[in-house]
Amino acid sequence: MEDQSLSIWSGLNLTASRGERCVFANLDFELNPGDALLLTGKNGSGKSTLLRIMAGLNRPTSGAMLWNSKIINNVLTTHSARVNYVGHSTSVKLALTVEEDIKFWMQLNNHSDQEIMEIALEHFGLLHQRSMPVRFLSSGQQRKLALTRLMVRDSKIWLLDEPTVGLDSKSIQSLEDIIQKQRAGNGIVVVASHTEISLGTSIKNINLSNFQTNNTQAYSPGFGYEE
Amino acid sequence: MGTLLAIIRRDLSLVMRQGSDAFVVLIFFVVTVTLFPLGVGPDPLILQNLASGIVWVSALLSAMLSLDRLFQTDYDDGSLELLVLSPYPLELVVLCKCLVHWLTTGLPIMLISPVLALMLNIKTGAFLYLISSMALGTPIISLLGAVGAALVLGSRRSGVLIALLIIPLTIPILLFGVAAIQAATEGYSASSPLMFLGALLLFSIALCPWVIASSLRQVVS
Repeated sequence: MEDQSLSIWSGLNLTASRGERCVFANLDFELNPGDALLLTGKNGSGKSTLLRIMAGLNRPTSGAMLWNSKIINNVLTTHSARVNYVGHSTSVKLALTVEEDIKFWMQLNNHSDQEIMEIALEHFGLLHQRSMPVRFLSSGQQRKLALTRLMVRDSKIWLLDEPTVGLDSKSIQSLEDIIQKQRAGNGIVVVASHTEISLGTSIKNINLSNFQTNNTQAYSPGFGYEE
Repeated sequence: MGTLLAIIRRDLSLVMRQGSDAFVVLIFFVVTVTLFPLGVGPDPLILQNLASGIVWVSALLSAMLSLDRLFQTDYDDGSLELLVLSPYPLELVVLCKCLVHWLTTGLPIMLISPVLALMLNIKTGAFLYLISSMALGTPIISLLGAVGAALVLGSRRSGVLIALLIIPLTIPILLFGVAAIQAATEGYSASSPLMFLGALLLFSIALCPWVIASSLRQVVS
């Protein structure tokens, strides 16, 4: 781990628990600008928990996250500003129109560029539905609307929790395109997924199943972590 | 500033579009107040003495009805997580949400209370003080109520729990609100109870958003 200081964002010895149960233990990750990380592992292995820790929503039970070699456990709000997180729930408001919904998240982040919004909606094929209430969208379209949020705000880190659920192959392609673009722009992408999704070349991979507590004794640095 | 307006506009249109919630609060308020003359009899003098208390207690109770919805939908659909993650200060976001809650519950209650007070034979000199005490008092209910709503978010039967938590805290509002109206009807100066209400309001505006925000951060983690 000599090159620890070189990586821009890393996690050291992260352990997480839900209630009394330890979800995963002693997990390390290291990510540099342009990196993509795929989280795999069986159901309940802690993929979502790790993403939430990465987002700064949850705190790890032990371990630390570092940004530019500085521990950021206590400045998670600063860290959260770097993050664009699309979780399980789509966070869309059924009573708003597509345009109102996406516009709100833009305004919350001090963006109001109409053109960017239209490009983003067009990219996911939602431009024709822009003035339609979200409640009339199918669940796949609602998921796409949630993914549109990635495009209307520049953020260093994308955290995507099962982003392909309910998407057709064309939409998955659209998602893969913007992931490529984010990586090309030196952004970091972390995806938890069960299904095939192409994140581009040289993907890092963490299999959460290797960090379950009954495996911790067999754990050694580097185990389950491959480039 | 634009962001603040965006939050307020969004929440207002959400309440207006999906909400019978705000309407229910108002109707409950009207119904409760109208029940009193039926319960205690139509004697104008008794009603006049009770008027300020009836209006204030009913206003408090009806405000409790709407509180559990305050953060519940954002919590259910995941918007709350995004609001917590957003670089925009959560304290300001919740302040906007309290404002919207007041605009959709406290304000209608305040506006309709003179009509109901008239029905209770309140003295004409007390109208101004009824409205001003309501104007100062109902925003405090929204702010305190939001604290309760944030604290019990995610638990079952949260509506009842909020009422149990918050009603004791609202006693000062009730006392000063009623005192202002009573002082006016009896010809004393109502300025000191009103000033106390104003102080409580400023105090709540300054403190409640911090409490609500940190409680919400706790809830999403």
